[in-house]
Amino acid sequence: MKLQVLGTGCAKCKALYQNAQEAVAALGLGAEVEKVEDIRELARLGVMSTPSLAIDGKVRVSGKVASVDEIKKLLA
Amino acid sequence: MATETTTLTEESPLPTPHRWHRLQLGLAGLSSAAGWWLIYSHLQQAAAWVTYTAAALPRGTRLASAVEFFLFEVPKVLMLLTVVVFGVGILRTFFTPERSRVILAGKHAAAGNVLAACLGIVTPFCSCSAVPLFLGFVQSGVPLGVTFSFLVAAPMINEVAVVLLFGMLGLKVAAIYVGTGLLIAIMAGWTIGRLKMDRHLEPWVLELRGSLEAALEEERQDWGTRVGAGVTAVREIVGKVWLYVVLGIAVGAGIHGYVPTNALAGLMGKGSWWSVPLAVLLGVPMYSNAAGIVPVVQALLGKGAALGTSLAFMMAVIGLSLPELIILRRVLRPRLIGVFVGVVAVGIVLIGWLFNLLF
Repeated sequence: MKLQVLGTGCAKCKALYQNAQEAVAALGLGAEVEKVEDIRELARLGVMSTPSLAIDGKVRVSGKVASVDEIKKLLA
Repeated sequence: MATETTTLTEESPLPTPHRWHRLQLGLAGLSSAAGWWLIYSHLQQAAAWVTYTAAALPRGTRLASAVEFFLFEVPKVLMLLTVVVFGVGILRTFFTPERSRVILAGKHAAAGNVLAACLGIVTPFCSCSAVPLFLGFVQSGVPLGVTFSFLVAAPMINEVAVVLLFGMLGLKVAAIYVGTGLLIAIMAGWTIGRLKMDRHLEPWVLELRGSLEAALEEERQDWGTRVGAGVTAVREIVGKVWLYVVLGIAVGAGIHGYVPTNALAGLMGKGSWWSVPLAVLLGVPMYSNAAGIVPVVQALLGKGAALGTSLAFMMAVIGLSLPELIILRRVLRPRLIGVFVGVVAVGIVLIGWLFNLLF
């Protein structure tokens, strides 16, 4: 399972990245959490507002800092 | 029994902070609205009481005038801001950028420009998502001019600016701002579209045109989530902006109480036509969020600056900013950026002149 935090590097993106890592750790998943800042990659995934979160290549959270709980629910 | 156990576990989950039952929402909404109105309608009296009774400041003095102004305006504006940001936060759950992109995909000039400008108003704009937003539109085959109408309207006409203008300068000024802002967004986008500057996009961006295979699936949202979005918006936006509002009003209060009434009439008044282009020239590279600039505008107006000049200044400051342009450089070639800035700046100057003439 691969999580990608998509954003161009502002504070909200960092917050989402932290929340994603926490969620993965809390659930004990061996998932990889990657931070993607390249705008071409963002465009390829169809991301229009940042920060966004993609799970296994599909965007599940768009434009907001999802809480650790919200991310856990998506991973379940 | 087996069925009973299953039914029990299928009951609605305990409400997490952002998912509330409809009844709770309704009750919370009604009582908040009532409480809000109760406080809001008594703000002026409260300010006067604190100034003249509690602090016993003598009437008619500049200090008393400034203090009363401050004590009235700060809670008033913050309360308005909270309500409107909440409402717009919920509205935005209905008009996401992804949906805007779908709506605008087939549209051509004129109708497309108008629609894009309107959608830009309800779309949040943060400089960091300017580029993904732009690219997303390009990918869906939204025409360049239409995309620019969106890009001009989004930062310029945001709810913070409108609320502050309404709260501090009245409905007329707020309405004028929105109306002329829309006009500028539409005309600028239409003009850029007519100039056919697609070649001036960075090459890799051109390749992306129309390349979006499928629209992102939109997750269905219930009212609990939508209200949650409104609450988050208040926390984030009001939380970020309240200090600027307080400081700005403090400055405004000082000017209100202490600067002679027509101090600026010569420099920024209706007579000096050159003040409009100058205001725009000063404003373009400056960046402030709306919360910081409106109190300044109010102060300027109060001291004799003409309406057109003041609004032009405000639009130039929040509509175009150096950080935004630097970020857009990643997708637009210099000439297109130049045209973008030029067209919008000229539009703002024209509006400024028009208003100085009319008002």
